[in-house]
Amino acid sequence: MPVLEMRSVTKRFGDLTANDHIDLVIEPNEIHALLGENGAGKSTLMKILYGLYQPDEGEIIVNRQKSVFKSPVDAIRHGIGFVSQHFSLVPTFTVAENVVLGFEDSRLINRDDIKHLVSNTARKYGFDVDPTAVVRNLSVGQQQRVEILKALYRNCRVLILDEPTAVLTPRDAEALFDTLRALQRQNLSVIIITHKLEEVMAISQRVTVLRLGKVVGQETTSQTNPQALARLMMGRSVVNVTRKTVHQAEQLVALEVSHLTVNDNRGLPALRDVSFQVHANEVVGIAGVAGNGQSELVAILSGLIRPASGEVRVKGKPAAFGDPRALDHLRVARIPEDRLKGVVGNLTVAENLALEQIGNFTQTGHLKRRQIDEMAKWLIADFQIKAKPGDRVRTLSGGNIQKVILARTLSREPHVVIAAQPTRGLDIGATEYVHQKLLEQKERGAGVLLVSEDLDETLLLSDRVLVMFAGQLVGEYRADEVDLDRISLLMAGSTVETVSR
Amino acid sequence: MLGLKLERAPAPLWLRALMPFIAIALTFALVSILIIFAGANPLDAVFELLINPLTKNSARGDILVMATPLLLTGASVAFAFASGYYNIGAEGQLYAGAIAAAWVGTFVQGLSPVFAIPLMLLAGFIAGALWALPSAVLKVKLGIDEVVTTLLLNSVMLFLVSALLNGPWRDPVTGWPQSPTIAESAQFPILIPRSRVHLGIIVAVIAVIALWWIFKRTRFGLELRAAGLGKDAARFMGVPVDRVMLTAALISGGVAGLAGVCEVAGIHHYLIEAISPGYGYTGIIVATLGSLTAPGVALAGLFIALINRGTLSANRELDVPVYLGDVIQAVLLLTTLAVLLLNRYRIRRVR
Amino acid sequence: MDFILTLLGATLRIGTPILYAALGETIVERSGVLNLGIEGTMLLSAFTGFVTAQVTGSLIIGLLGAMLTGIILSLAMGLLSVTLGLNQHVAGLGITLFSNGLALFLFREFYSGATTPPSLAEKFPQLSILTGTALEPVFSQYGLTYVALLCVPFVWWLLSRTTFGLRLRAIGENPEAADMAGINVYRMRYAALILGGIFMGIGGAFLSLAINGAFTHGIINGRGWVAIAIVIFGNWSAFKVLGGALLFGGLQALQLRLQAEGVQLPYEVLLALPYVMTITVLAVTGRNASYPAALLKPYRREG
Repeated sequence: MPVLEMRSVTKRFGDLTANDHIDLVIEPNEIHALLGENGAGKSTLMKILYGLYQPDEGEIIVNRQKSVFKSPVDAIRHGIGFVSQHFSLVPTFTVAENVVLGFEDSRLINRDDIKHLVSNTARKYGFDVDPTAVVRNLSVGQQQRVEILKALYRNCRVLILDEPTAVLTPRDAEALFDTLRALQRQNLSVIIITHKLEEVMAISQRVTVLRLGKVVGQETTSQTNPQALARLMMGRSVVNVTRKTVHQAEQLVALEVSHLTVNDNRGLPALRDVSFQVHANEVVGIAGVAGNGQSELVAILSGLIRPASGEVRVKGKPAAFGDPRALDHLRVARIPEDRLKGVVGNLTVAENLALEQIGNFTQTGHLKRRQIDEMAKWLIADFQIKAKPGDRVRTLSGGNIQKVILARTLSREPHVVIAAQPTRGLDIGATEYVHQKLLEQKERGAGVLLVSEDLDETLLLSDRVLVMFAGQLVGEYRADEVDLDRISLLMAGSTVETVSR
Repeated sequence: MLGLKLERAPAPLWLRALMPFIAIALTFALVSILIIFAGANPLDAVFELLINPLTKNSARGDILVMATPLLLTGASVAFAFASGYYNIGAEGQLYAGAIAAAWVGTFVQGLSPVFAIPLMLLAGFIAGALWALPSAVLKVKLGIDEVVTTLLLNSVMLFLVSALLNGPWRDPVTGWPQSPTIAESAQFPILIPRSRVHLGIIVAVIAVIALWWIFKRTRFGLELRAAGLGKDAARFMGVPVDRVMLTAALISGGVAGLAGVCEVAGIHHYLIEAISPGYGYTGIIVATLGSLTAPGVALAGLFIALINRGTLSANRELDVPVYLGDVIQAVLLLTTLAVLLLNRYRIRRVR
Repeated sequence: MDFILTLLGATLRIGTPILYAALGETIVERSGVLNLGIEGTMLLSAFTGFVTAQVTGSLIIGLLGAMLTGIILSLAMGLLSVTLGLNQHVAGLGITLFSNGLALFLFREFYSGATTPPSLAEKFPQLSILTGTALEPVFSQYGLTYVALLCVPFVWWLLSRTTFGLRLRAIGENPEAADMAGINVYRMRYAALILGGIFMGIGGAFLSLAINGAFTHGIINGRGWVAIAIVIFGNWSAFKVLGGALLFGGLQALQLRLQAEGVQLPYEVLLALPYVMTITVLAVTGRNASYPAALLKPYRREG
């Protein structure tokens, strides 16, 4: 008898159907993987299960009873625990306070009592945490354990983890898996959301695969293999990506990055001594699991943050840090990770197109409004943006917003293109358009740095692939010598020595 | 199960056009309770408040006089808010300008008004900007919330004014806390004979036009709006957000300072503690009602001046307390804010 | 010595309304809402407290009337800033402007015919404890002052030692986390606002029912803004807020005393000191000030 069932659950956001009649069955005492690419609808489904979203259709059945989860309270009461990607902890509280929060057993807080209660729970499940530690002083791995402890303290029977390894080091990830197996022995069911095949194979007994909001397969893990799962997840096999002929990179260096080191906002190293080159007429892809320093690299190359040390040269000229306009003057086109942080939604299309190079549209402080308007009309036509110059950008679709950014940056014949997650959340048509535009830039002579979580995309476009792990470049492959197994292992943190050479 | 759901979606255009009127109607419906309580007929009161002042020449003049400081503080607040800098300190900055005017005004005896008046306006602008400077620097350099610091500086300014008026500027003869009268050449000329309409309204109109021109026609205005509407994106596109915000905060302080100059030079001709009955705060209402745009500020400033003048009529004719005007302004602010939500959300029936 | 003891007595008296208001604001801000409605809430409460006391002849009912006023205005603030998610400072200022206007409107309406300022036949009496000792001048206070002093440990205990307080602080620090933990963020913020409103109401009523025994236009005179300053100065902690209130009361008392003695001094400097000190504290602690992390941020669950 299943502990939990979701039947025909559907959730729409405007025109987008995030979950389309999804069925999911969780058996007692199993680790169930929910596999799918970014945007397949995994997180939405789990947020419905935790009462954070209300489904438009469908039902949830817990222990043979139909249940409606209006808020997380209902979900918690039905024994569901959720560890989201961005932890929901109060940083200024202690571990014990965080764990009991919302589930206190009395009206008064006695620090010794809650410390003991939390210690007891921790001991019962074999957790090693100090209940009196303040959460903001803990490492990411420790914080994740606090999150799990929180769910256990609420007597959860089904524990959902949303991309739990995305923020972990390989050693922490291994420890997490040990923890999950231990929980399974204590009769818990675990749902693990992931887009990594290795994880599915390593930890789960069963796997449900989502693609574009639909269930495309439900398998017993031991009776399937990564290739089959990949085919389901992507709609085709990832290992069979056909490579076009590798472009012979000219020796001309478009972008040279030397010895970049930077710390994240917690003071931990995010990039360690990163050096690489991108040649003209070349696409270099950075492959890596999210959170391994790619964001910081992009932020430096976009002029948003300053590195602790290192140097960046564009066509031989050193670039100033922390100054987007300086990069713009060196003709570095920047496509932001989050496209909504690349446009001001409440300004018009024309204003967004002009703002980055506003100096060219200004005379003694005055806007040259006619030129702005003409430029906007021309770019809208050239890049097939479905909008008028006077439309506010926030009224546009994701694909058209991305086209506004492409038009703004690529129309000025850049020497270097920094493309971060350029197709995230876009439909197939828009994705192909973006790919085509990036390749056009390469043909024209630009050096393109592609940073994408979508390995498929990286392999499809790149002439060279650099693998990034824990803030370091750990591998480099020419497109014609790409070995998917090796790249996957490197992305997962295996050392270069054990993988090759 | 049938229910209502609040959805993020813009309201249809016709509804948006109607919004100010909905807010005004709602406000008067709510305030009618007070008017009835005061023993007056709400319809009579609406007539006295909104229509009667427009029928008389003298009252029309009064509206312009009353609108002068409101247009200036409204423009001041709109400047700051549009850049994402929440300047609650226009009241203190207004007094800074008033002090500067009262000070410079006594120095310019014998100087032609052509020089005296611009000099005074310049001094008032600089003084207002200076009073806005500490909060702006703290915000930009240290990330300290400007709402609290600008608010607190208002109180500090009131004590400063009080100290000046009870100290060095106290009238040696009468002992009144009142600064010396400014030179005649520094006093604003009356524009319309037999009225109190003074040069200040021109200053105010120029300020509002400047607001429009800067927002719509200049690079700085575009950068300012970009910073206010999307700080991260503006920064990504190379807008020097901190510098833009700092400049906007200083201009905002300066424009509020001009309001102080106008009150001193146009009406009182000396500085007293009660020179502003809260124009700086009313400026927040004006800017918000005017949705931070120049035409909006112009309309809202005039409308609130009309209500203020109307409450005087209503007070005289219907014996309704003059504080009705304050209540109407506040209720109008709150209803407008609430109605503006319709712009962001749409109520939909769901199964 | 006498001078100092009387000064201490006056400090407590003058500090009391500020202390109430600041404790109220502390509770509200700890939940993530900056209530700039405080100034107007105090004025309208002072007024309704006064009218109710005059009409009913009972100071206690007057006090209850003031507390009710604080609750109602806080509910309005909650509607605007919590439910509708409006900009907190604009909503708060709106509440202040509205309450000020309403209080003065009603005051004029009720007492327009009066030739002398209306006052209560009887105001709250002063209770002396430690009579006969040297400390008598310090502890001849209104009952509400003693209550205020007791409220300081109460608020501390409430915020740090109860489930309610833990949840309240959680929604002020990380409402998303609190929501995930099954806490109703909206309800908690309303609870904080209501509790804070009661304190603000008492603060206003203390002036009209105890110290003055009358209502005047300028009765609050920026004390709400002082409270805002003191909450920051006191780092959102009840005991430090007490320190701030006493500092303010002390400077004010000193100023009054020096004026009465005829000392020539720009006494405004003393009055402005707490504000300047607060801004300095902010400048020095900078980003490290323990601002409730979610202060000024309306909470919306996405989706």
